[in-house]
Amino acid sequence: MRRGSGPRKDAPNPRAPWKVWGGLRGRLLIGFVLVAVVSAVTATGLAYRESRNAVLERKQDAVRTDFRNRVDQAAADLAVPPDEVSLTRFATGIADGLGDTVVVAEYRTLRASSDASADRTRISRALRDAVRTHNRMSLQRVDRHGSPYLVVGTPVTFDSGTPSGLDVYAISSLRAEQDDTAGILDAVRDGLLPVLLLTVALALLAARTVLRPVRELGRATRRHAAGDLTSRVTVPKGRDELADLARDFNHTAEALETSVAELREQEAKARRFVADVSHELRTPLAAMTMVATVLDEDADRLPPDAAHAARTVSAETARLSRLVDDLMEMSRFDSGAARLNVGEVDLAGTVRNTLALRGWTERVRVELPDGIRAVVDPRRIDVVVANLVGNALRHGAEPVTVTLAASPGGDWVTVEVADRGPGLAPDVLPHVFDRFYKADSARTRSEGSGLGTAIGLENARLHGGTIEVANRPDGGAVFTLRMPWRRGEGAGG
Amino acid sequence: MPRVPHVLLIEDDASVRDGMELVLRRHGYAVDTAATGEDALALLARPAGQDIELAVLDLMLPGIDGFEVCRRIRASGSTIPVIMLTARGDDSDIVRGLEAGADDYVVKPVTAPVLEARIRAALRRAEPVRVRPGEDTYAGLVIDRAGLTVSKRGTPIPLPPTELRVLLELSASPGQVFSREQLLRSVWEHDFLGDSRLVDAAVGRLRAKIEDVPARPVFVQTVRGFGYRFGPV
Repeated sequence: MRRGSGPRKDAPNPRAPWKVWGGLRGRLLIGFVLVAVVSAVTATGLAYRESRNAVLERKQDAVRTDFRNRVDQAAADLAVPPDEVSLTRFATGIADGLGDTVVVAEYRTLRASSDASADRTRISRALRDAVRTHNRMSLQRVDRHGSPYLVVGTPVTFDSGTPSGLDVYAISSLRAEQDDTAGILDAVRDGLLPVLLLTVALALLAARTVLRPVRELGRATRRHAAGDLTSRVTVPKGRDELADLARDFNHTAEALETSVAELREQEAKARRFVADVSHELRTPLAAMTMVATVLDEDADRLPPDAAHAARTVSAETARLSRLVDDLMEMSRFDSGAARLNVGEVDLAGTVRNTLALRGWTERVRVELPDGIRAVVDPRRIDVVVANLVGNALRHGAEPVTVTLAASPGGDWVTVEVADRGPGLAPDVLPHVFDRFYKADSARTRSEGSGLGTAIGLENARLHGGTIEVANRPDGGAVFTLRMPWRRGEGAGG
Repeated sequence: MPRVPHVLLIEDDASVRDGMELVLRRHGYAVDTAATGEDALALLARPAGQDIELAVLDLMLPGIDGFEVCRRIRASGSTIPVIMLTARGDDSDIVRGLEAGADDYVVKPVTAPVLEARIRAALRRAEPVRVRPGEDTYAGLVIDRAGLTVSKRGTPIPLPPTELRVLLELSASPGQVFSREQLLRSVWEHDFLGDSRLVDAAVGRLRAKIEDVPARPVFVQTVRGFGYRFGPV
């Protein structure tokens, strides 16, 4: 049974495998990991900076204080101007109390170092300038060969505060401090992997709690799309948004199911009504149709007006009877009561019969290859072909060509009806198979009931086929009845 | 004086019945009418009903329906042609009606010319024909072409005209395959894209009467996809 709103065979949007990782879960995972990494890095960075600063400050203060004390002490014993020996002793004396520190003393061009092998380039020009010009203790952190050093420089002044020309620099390694602070980084680095793994686990868990209801909703929605309006989702526990969503979905589904059921009920009623009306019309029509010939036969003996009336009644009775026939046929399609009454026929013969019956043999060009035997309902094929050819003769222009063909693969047979008229207007094309569709007002008084093409299409569908319509590039409309080629048992090949 | 064909109309709707009666009388038929199946059967059983040559039978009747009326007409031994009036597309009705023994059917609403043509064709089938005088015997089945009788192993088999025509047509050329369309044209005189179910139903009824095992026919054989042939016996 075919219903317009019935279940469709094609499942809408089957889930693509990439969605497993590229979907919500992937996004949640990436989000979680990003948050974790950013917070870890930020916290680590801040902590590292703070602790490094604190350690360095402490070191600087200690070095500064010690250095000042040592310089003050040693300077008291130094005669100015010093010579190289006394200057070296001076530097060594200062360095002695400062642990792992190289002390460099400079007096004008004279230089002495507590450690002769020490690299003096660690004292930068900027520091020297700062010490000389500002005449106060200055310090600078420098990196040499990957090792950090603290360089403190101070001028030695006389008690009056005037510079003596003697500058002392202490270069102490910051490696220990660097190692201390680096320990923090190592600790964080070692801790980051477990944290990340934990984050991933948490993300997956969170994703699952979100995704499971979402997936279920998705499945239910797909079932709905496939026509199963009874499907519902289980509402997750709790009062969160997902639970609300599930509840809303179920309410919507219920409302939808109810209204669809109502619509179908109404539709069924309307169909029954049309069928009943057609049926009721048939009995008076049967009587009218029967006696219409009497009017026709005797019209010649009636006064002109009465004759005209009699002929009109007779003609309109015939039209009404066709209309009621078509209505009944349509209502049988709608209610699914239409059945194929198949037999194996030679399609060429069937088409020839159709044309001969209606006196069209002379007016229509045919290409009807013999030997295309198919299992069809000959009456319905006759109806379809007669309708297409009739339309072509009425609305198109001659010559009308009827072509029977089988597809090369042997899966399909087609009957093509082409005319040489102006073709169909683009706005008409989509509506050709609509019921009671009239392409223009001039056609409202046409011979047909307005249901011919719609019935033709239903007949084609009943055979598992269809009717296609198109305009030929060189003018004229082409209607093609296309059906699967069902061969009978007696047909060879 | 030309013979007046005598027809019985069985139709419950007065207007339709009157219309048909009017038209048929105008065209020279003697017409009896019945509004119900019971009346029709009663009429056929009376002596006055003996010269009725054909029945036009509406399927939708109050009381016993057209199928039952048809079955009882046949059960009474009557072989008059029965033309059913049916609604178009009520396919199951057509099949049931033909199985009940109707010879032909017309679809309501029917025009007078169509109804008349069918009545004429049915009456012609009932007339004697001289296809090929003589008596043919096939494995116990005797077809008397002159007397238009069929008997099997000495027992006469009464056949309604349509079934008899089908048998005569097929047995006139034993072994030749007749398509359903051919039989429709020659027996029913249908000049339109006929309904092969008429042929199938008539063959079915014929087999039920002349074959030993109707399911495995010997005389009227089916040639799948093409039609029927008589024999080879």
